[in-house]
Amino acid sequence: MDAIQMTIDGKQVTGKKGQTILEVALDNNIDIPYLCYHPRISKTGACRICMVRVNEAALKTSCTEPASNGMIIDTDDDEIRELRRSILGMLLAEGDHNCLYCESNGECELQRLCNRYEVPMPAGDMPTRQRAVDTVSSKGLRRNENRCILCGRCVKACGEIQMNSVWNFTGRGSSTALTSDMFAQLGDSSCVMCGACVQCCPTGALSFQTVLGRGQAWELKKETSVCIYCGVGCQIDFYTNKEGKLVKALGNADGPNEGHLCVKGRFGFDFVQSGKRLTKPLIKKNGAFEEASWDEALDLVASRLSDIKSKSGPDSIMAFSSAKCTNEENYLMQKFMRAVIGTNNVDHCARL
Amino acid sequence: MTNSIREIPVSEAYLIIGSNTTENHPVIGSMIKREVIRNNKKLVVVDPRRIEMAKYADVYLQIKPGTNVAILNGLAHVALKENLYDREYVESRCEAFEEYRKVVEKYTPEHVASICGIDDPSLIVKAARILAGAKPMALYYCMGITQFKSGVNGVKSCANLQMLLGNIGVMGGGVNPLRGQNNVQGACDMGALNAVYPAYQPIGTEDNKNKFMNAWKVGFELSMKPGLTIVESLNAAIAGDLKALYVFGENPVMSDPNQHHVIEALEKLDFLVVQDIVLTETAQYADVVLPGFAFLEKEGTVSNTERRVQMMHRVVAPAGDSRDDWLILTQLANRMGASWDYTCPKDIFEEIRTVTPSYAGITYERLENNELLQWPCPNESHPGTQFLHREKFSRGLGLMTAIEYTPPAEDVDPEYPVILTTGRVLEHFHTGTMSRNSRILDETVPEGFVEMNPNDASNYNVCDGDLVAVSTRRGSIRVKARVTGRPKPNVVFVPFHFAEAAANKLTIDALDPTCKIPEFKVCACKIERVAM
Repeated sequence: MDAIQMTIDGKQVTGKKGQTILEVALDNNIDIPYLCYHPRISKTGACRICMVRVNEAALKTSCTEPASNGMIIDTDDDEIRELRRSILGMLLAEGDHNCLYCESNGECELQRLCNRYEVPMPAGDMPTRQRAVDTVSSKGLRRNENRCILCGRCVKACGEIQMNSVWNFTGRGSSTALTSDMFAQLGDSSCVMCGACVQCCPTGALSFQTVLGRGQAWELKKETSVCIYCGVGCQIDFYTNKEGKLVKALGNADGPNEGHLCVKGRFGFDFVQSGKRLTKPLIKKNGAFEEASWDEALDLVASRLSDIKSKSGPDSIMAFSSAKCTNEENYLMQKFMRAVIGTNNVDHCARL
Repeated sequence: MTNSIREIPVSEAYLIIGSNTTENHPVIGSMIKREVIRNNKKLVVVDPRRIEMAKYADVYLQIKPGTNVAILNGLAHVALKENLYDREYVESRCEAFEEYRKVVEKYTPEHVASICGIDDPSLIVKAARILAGAKPMALYYCMGITQFKSGVNGVKSCANLQMLLGNIGVMGGGVNPLRGQNNVQGACDMGALNAVYPAYQPIGTEDNKNKFMNAWKVGFELSMKPGLTIVESLNAAIAGDLKALYVFGENPVMSDPNQHHVIEALEKLDFLVVQDIVLTETAQYADVVLPGFAFLEKEGTVSNTERRVQMMHRVVAPAGDSRDDWLILTQLANRMGASWDYTCPKDIFEEIRTVTPSYAGITYERLENNELLQWPCPNESHPGTQFLHREKFSRGLGLMTAIEYTPPAEDVDPEYPVILTTGRVLEHFHTGTMSRNSRILDETVPEGFVEMNPNDASNYNVCDGDLVAVSTRRGSIRVKARVTGRPKPNVVFVPFHFAEAAANKLTIDALDPTCKIPEFKVCACKIERVAM
């Protein structure tokens, strides 16, 4: 049997063989806090936040400890809480976690846990040591290592999702830092700006450059749609701010993309709200375009197409439909040509 | 795709031919890379340019553009000669094997290497052994197979190889074309093609004609005469036979071969309507321009490369007085005598389901419940189809086709001695209407270039960054040289996104005789350094 029976916080739960304690807990809606774990990358066991008590004895990191039959797990007691508080306190003291100035304010996993465990502000100056800030070298990504907790999610996202291994750690101990390829600046590296690392970053250490609008996490509205570029059909969660401006795009895990995106899906959407958009029908008069009403424009198209159809026959009219438009729109275009104009002269850019 | 994206981890080996996967389908590219790098799956890459995927390949075959049929026959030759093919599969599931075998017999590694410009014929043997030795093996291709005068033959050769190796109708196998536009699959499914109704039902049969006359309540006989394809229609415009053109979300001035010829055709028309989101290069020639919605302003369904139908939702309010594209078409049709009463995209989809058997079981409700639905999905209790041709082919037996290599339309000569091939780059898309109007993408790659091999660069006295003129019999552009080890010697690459250095001023409008696809991927050019 592949099923595992175990007890978590006094509750009987079922897991699958091969799962870790954390995975069984998450599948059963039991909340164990974590920072270095991420469902889309391999296990790290670095942050130690997900410590749980196994069989009323040892503390183990639940993200790496295999679940087994009959296990009794406690996810919370005084000792565990104190442990988590002290780890969070050290992470806070090591960096410059000033939420007021941070892009991740409101969606930061470190901020959420510090709030949950009532971690006090560290004493003394913050940060203890200035680390690298690189916010302009890359067109798409910003990096502020003063907010980095060295969880390693970005390293694994690049190495295991995008498979480019741009990020890695350099140095040891308290001087451990991120490096992009061998370069200090991300813009000098081979980064292709897929943004997988930013999407996985639990803090504001990595963030996106502003695409169009800005807004604070709790004000943003999310809606899911499908990328407009290639045929993979990535599902994307688009975020808009209070003014309705597009802010950012995150890969949706339910799509064929399993949460991943490329640079076009990640950053190539501000054309929708660009000043170059056509906003009124145009009619060419004496060689120059003039704005027209919809009725005027549609009447003109209908009468010109009708004239040409009656004079030269339906086969003298052609439509190029669009692989950028929906099924419904393509269906209507071919129906329009066949059932209204009366020709099979309809094609689209499948061959181009 | 015959198979599904989520089967990538199931495959034991991959043949990528004519697809620059990591730039043009980066998310799938990363998935294949993950299997090759982390799980030691086998990879063979065939491409005239040493693309990123070539780095991870067990064998990389750098072929001359336009020689796909030869290399695919060559791989099959080795599998047959060394008895590595799936005899049981071929005997039980395929037909016309003998004719195929006879043709393939001539394609020895040495012969193929000479056609394809491969220095070492033993690489072909090695590649064939890898591909035949791993099951299931998935073949991925893209426009580097199709955009040739011999495009249909290239596709059939892919199918031949996968039948020979027993990889069609098998989870993790398949012939998997990567579709280049987000709804090119759906536009085809919906019958936005010159010879078929929705779901590829031919226009030329009485049954289909009657079926659609009834469904659409048409008061006249629907035409059974095949329509024109895009490039044919431009020729018809120049000949004076085509009078009016309605361009809906396309930009032929940039995307079609031989730009000069396209513009001549548009100027010859009596009436041109363009429906788009910005004033494209094509819209400049229009009599009327209708502002449609951009993707984040509209609702509806799109079908991806693996036949999966997905919902699009409205994310932002529409720009100005622009209008929903389905509504524009409905209002226009009704002005011309139709009585369409659609009130929303869902109304249209409900009609699509009744005339499109492969979509009949797909509903907005199922899609909104996030069901993963791939056509064919014939009824509402059907789970959709993950991969095609399971147990038997749609037509019964898989038809193997004996195909000989034929050279491209234009060969190099002393006047035009270099092969030009065209395509896309990671950061941009097609004619740039969207990506060049997106700030970060535009700033990352702001201008076009010609990619050339260091050896060629030295022959033409060109250094990286120099301005060069790339000219063909059809036109000339000036672009900066990007000197890199990527292209095969004597092959240059120009991306076609950039209006100011439009690759399609150069390309040839030779067409595949069957499907009329233009030969974008190969023509003859010359390179001259421009003194600055």
